Amino acid sequence: MTADTRADADRLVAAARAGQDEQAQADPVLDVRDLTVSYIGPDGGTVACRDVSFQLGRGEVLGIAGESGSGKSTLITALTRLQRPPATTTAGSIVFHPAGRPGIDLVPLGARALRKLRWTSMSIVLQSAMDALNPVMRLGDQFADVLRTHNRGMDRAAARTRTTELLGMVGISADRARSFPHEMSGGMRQRATIALALACSPQLVVMDEPTTAVDVVMQRQILAQVLRLRRELGFAVIIVTHDLSLLLEVADRIAIMYAGRIVEIGSARALYRSPAHPYTRGLRDSFPPLHAPLTTLHGIPGTPPDLRRLPSGCPFHPRCPVAVDACSTTPPPLVSLPEQAAECLLLTNEEAS
Amino acid sequence: MTSATNVEVAQPPPAAPGGTVVPTTRLRVPSRWSFMLRRLGFYLAAAWAAITLNFLIPRMMPGDPSVAIIQQLQRVSGQQLPPETLVSIQALFGNPDANLFEQYLAYLGRLARFDLGTSISRFPTPVADVVSSGLPWTLMLVGSTTVVAFVLGTSLGVLTGWKAGGRLDAILTPASTFISAVPYFWVALLALWVFGFQLDWFPSSGGYDPDAQGVAFWVSALRYGFLPAATIVFSAFGGWLLGMRNMTVTTVREDYVLLAQAKGLSPSRVVLRYAARNAMLPSFTGFALALGGVIGGALLTEIVFSYPGIGYLLYDALTKRDYPVMQGVFLLIALTVLVANLVADSVYVLVDPRVREQG
Amino acid sequence: MPSSLWSNPKVRFGLVVVAFFTLLAVLGPWLTASVLGLDPRANDISAIASPPSAEHWLGTTQFGQDVLAQLVAGARGSMFVGVLAALIGTALAIVFGVTAGYFGGTVDNVLNFVTNLFMVMPVLPLIFIVSGYLRGTGLWMIAVIIGVFGWAGGARTLRAQTLSVRNRDFVLGMRMLGESHPRLIAVEVLPHLVGWIASMFLGALIGGILAEAGLAFLGISDSGAISWGSMIQAAQSQSAVLRGLWWWFVPPGLCIALIGTAAAMINFGVDELANPKLRAGTRRVVRRTRRVERAVAAAEGGAA
Repeated sequence: MTADTRADADRLVAAARAGQDEQAQADPVLDVRDLTVSYIGPDGGTVACRDVSFQLGRGEVLGIAGESGSGKSTLITALTRLQRPPATTTAGSIVFHPAGRPGIDLVPLGARALRKLRWTSMSIVLQSAMDALNPVMRLGDQFADVLRTHNRGMDRAAARTRTTELLGMVGISADRARSFPHEMSGGMRQRATIALALACSPQLVVMDEPTTAVDVVMQRQILAQVLRLRRELGFAVIIVTHDLSLLLEVADRIAIMYAGRIVEIGSARALYRSPAHPYTRGLRDSFPPLHAPLTTLHGIPGTPPDLRRLPSGCPFHPRCPVAVDACSTTPPPLVSLPEQAAECLLLTNEEAS
Repeated sequence: MTSATNVEVAQPPPAAPGGTVVPTTRLRVPSRWSFMLRRLGFYLAAAWAAITLNFLIPRMMPGDPSVAIIQQLQRVSGQQLPPETLVSIQALFGNPDANLFEQYLAYLGRLARFDLGTSISRFPTPVADVVSSGLPWTLMLVGSTTVVAFVLGTSLGVLTGWKAGGRLDAILTPASTFISAVPYFWVALLALWVFGFQLDWFPSSGGYDPDAQGVAFWVSALRYGFLPAATIVFSAFGGWLLGMRNMTVTTVREDYVLLAQAKGLSPSRVVLRYAARNAMLPSFTGFALALGGVIGGALLTEIVFSYPGIGYLLYDALTKRDYPVMQGVFLLIALTVLVANLVADSVYVLVDPRVREQG
Repeated sequence: MPSSLWSNPKVRFGLVVVAFFTLLAVLGPWLTASVLGLDPRANDISAIASPPSAEHWLGTTQFGQDVLAQLVAGARGSMFVGVLAALIGTALAIVFGVTAGYFGGTVDNVLNFVTNLFMVMPVLPLIFIVSGYLRGTGLWMIAVIIGVFGWAGGARTLRAQTLSVRNRDFVLGMRMLGESHPRLIAVEVLPHLVGWIASMFLGALIGGILAEAGLAFLGISDSGAISWGSMIQAAQSQSAVLRGLWWWFVPPGLCIALIGTAAAMINFGVDELANPKLRAGTRRVVRRTRRVERAVAAAEGGAA
């Protein structure tokens, strides 16, 4: 009951901030509303993602950041419809808008229809390229099978040519197509999975911690490459990571997740300069700035809450440095600000005062 | 012992026995050859160990087997043994007048000439002849049933693992758990009772129709062999199914299978080329190791059906205290299993591009 | 551990069955003798090879012996061999596996080589041969032989586990502090292997029971001893199959199968507890999730 009223309220607020994400609103590639994902246990479900709503514009880079256990991985598998029991989507919609065609809600979509959309519309780059590539298949074969599944007419030679082209885009030489994954270095494997993700010219690439398995230098190289390819090919990107400083550099907009909710969403600039949510502030201050002199770092005290026993009111209030009494009783509404929106009770007070 | 520590300790077992070593880029084509050479060296050492064990066992046993054998041979033959036979038996089973090292050299010399001694129960047939008469029957029976059980169990294991928690899984997995715990020879007894005697569908003993000739002989061999073969397949496939099921359930949750699904590949392709192909790797190693067990099980099954293979020979030798035949049978089984292991290792190198380093 | 172990239905089933047979082996023979007044060796001339009846619940053998009393006595014989063989096998596996894994280097190479040798040897035929020389020596000798030849698989597992425990920070730290090796093994390494050792012991127990049954079936066991295997062997040698005396050879085989299933269930359940990927594949989890999915779909369909 409360969830419904809350969702309604959120929708109103979302409508109210229609002006701020013009690009996303005008021509969205993905429109997620009230997405709720639960893990079904013996005594009911544990909600790992609650009422997640956001829009993604064509060619936009959306970053999603949060600590482990914030529900960001759950969100990814729900968005890509790759979840397995005991996880299940219990509410909400994920509407995908192919260019020039009506939107399709992915949530009720059957396996066969979903398979047609996969990779041609939405592809994914997983955290560890070592684990994401089939260890007993040559790299080229892993390109060829997806190319030839989605282009019935393509023959082996054409698939080989396309693979060479794709590998070339990420700076891998053509002869590597004959290699097995274990014969390549970590950075090369990760670049290969990015090339693989672009094989069928998708409109959206979802990246789950794409650079945690490689070293810092390689991280920068890979992300620069992704941004360049996005400029050339025009796909949108959802990039999920726990590394906010990295998102501040690459993302157009950023969503901050805490305890399964998006607690703040807005332009990267706004979130860096003036984070509205105390949690966002905490995250920002716990990373060293990349292009500025090192100042004092502040961690966030405490640990993420147990999703099975969420604190009442605002789930962040036990760790919040600025919490007031009302925070432990009243669930915070989503408050729209000029360049961002955040769920914090204090923002309503500021508005009131 | 608290719950937390135990769960932490009981990490998922390594994918392959001996542990999956994270492959490095250093491993290129030549390492396959060095891997095979190392395995070959190991099996040669194992063969030597089996031969030596065969030498030591009769010498470590209480009493003096060679004296007992000579006495028995003289009794069954009713005459003094020719000196050549005496020398052969003492070389193989112990000579109280020579030291262990001299005995060992003499023993190896005999083996090099394929002299395994003389059978007591079938005097004067040489053991080598007795054993080689049973070998084709066992090879056919164990060979065919092992392959059938492996293929059947592995495919069903992929199916149940892929649809883990489904209906097929709910029936087949507990059933296989039960079946794989049942002793082979007891299943053989039940099969004999039901299909051999109650229903009278199959002959109850022997390996062929002694009156049949030519084609009829081969047809009778199939008919006689069906029930023992079916018994072994029935007892053995459950183990493959369980192993493959659990490996598939684990593999299906690997990222590369997830990615294969995200790629929108057809389900059959995801299952076969991505999940099953990887889940099968440990089964190949298990295949060779399980051979020893299947042979042991087949020995007992052969006895129930009086099937003219190695197992029945061994049983016959045990009841008649025909030590030379017992030793010969063991040596033969040990060497056969080692060769099978070597073959399985070679296949493994072909199916897994990452050469696994193991001891 | 006990509570989470107990919550798994597979483990629960297995533990109940193993406990039942253990109790049967310990108390059973006394119960059949004093309560039912049955002696497994007594010959009832008035009931030769008779099917199950009020007087003989599981019928009698060719020699007029009560099958139920034999089954209970056989439980003691089979369990005795199983436990003793498992004790010896597990002890050897610990000595070889843990030592090899802990010390590494040359010690590991030598011990691992020996372990692999025993792995590839066809153990069952080997046991047949050795017991063939030592025939009629009784159940304890059989148990020793089974234990001595059947430890290699366990040693291999323990070696791998020891290797991983040894390289953890706390063990390395203690070593640098100058703790002695035996103390480190006993205090730091072994406690982490208890789960593996327990499941190995269980596996060896069942393996021992099965191997003894096989040996008894070959007629190697001491003819005076009663075990499930010797019951089947007696039935076989008296042509019980040919004559359809199923109550003679079916119950002991069922008992072996049941206790084997129990052990397999426990191992299966412990695997599920240890490996979350396996747990997610259990029927309960899948059905629960599908039920919720159907409910959500139905609710949305109703709303639309």
